[in-house]
Amino acid sequence: MKDLKSQASKSTTPGKGGLTPEIQSRIGHQLRAMYDDVVRQGVPDRFAELIKKLDAPGGSQNENGAGGSNDNNGRD
Amino acid sequence: MPLTNSLRDDILAAVPSLRAFAISLSGNADRADDLVQETLLRALANIDSFQPGSNLPAWLFTILRNLFRSDYRKRRREVEDAEGNYAKTLKTQPSQNAHLEFEEFRGALEKLPQDQREALILVGASGFSYEDAASICGCAVGTIKSRVNRARSKLAALLYVDGAEDFGPDETVRAVIGGSGG
Repeated sequence: MKDLKSQASKSTTPGKGGLTPEIQSRIGHQLRAMYDDVVRQGVPDRFAELIKKLDAPGGSQNENGAGGSNDNNGRD
Repeated sequence: MPLTNSLRDDILAAVPSLRAFAISLSGNADRADDLVQETLLRALANIDSFQPGSNLPAWLFTILRNLFRSDYRKRRREVEDAEGNYAKTLKTQPSQNAHLEFEEFRGALEKLPQDQREALILVGASGFSYEDAASICGCAVGTIKSRVNRARSKLAALLYVDGAEDFGPDETVRAVIGGSGG
């Protein structure tokens, strides 16, 4: 761990506004990995059903779908 | 415009990235899904104000971001308590070391000021242009650029200098991406 630390500071010390390309790309990778991890979960059923229900003619009451959000929705 | 089938499909197609954005902002999967649900309801209720041909994801992200901002003010303390809890909300569990690094990254991200974090996510993860990110956040393009730069610098300082024991090889990324094929 100590070795990594000194190694890291030596090879990739970021200046005030000047990040090394290496660090920039590392941050970019981690950011996208985190984000894509969620994206890959796809569309949860609750949202697919919500939109289907609201879309269907006469189906806009969405008894279950809107849950506790009714008070905020469409009133403002 | 009216809610056509194709518009509905486009809204559905945006849900996965809306969720990813919401989780990145709130650090909590349950709250994130509530935010997404509220966003969809708002969007559908106001669908007439969507301009056909304009950027639908950007429009949806703007709604979600504004909902989060008003919610955030109410719940500031909870959000601060949520630091470090993000990893528990994830379904995938990368290998132990990679998982720790991932948590470190997440923790560092949560230490960024709100403005910087959202700018970095919109540009660096959601893939919006600086112009779209500026319009989502309601600020100038130059402001977004500087927020993104400051966010990157701060992350680098948190992860790779002060906490340099977190400076691992790309294992985290590989483990987390694992099997997606790119």
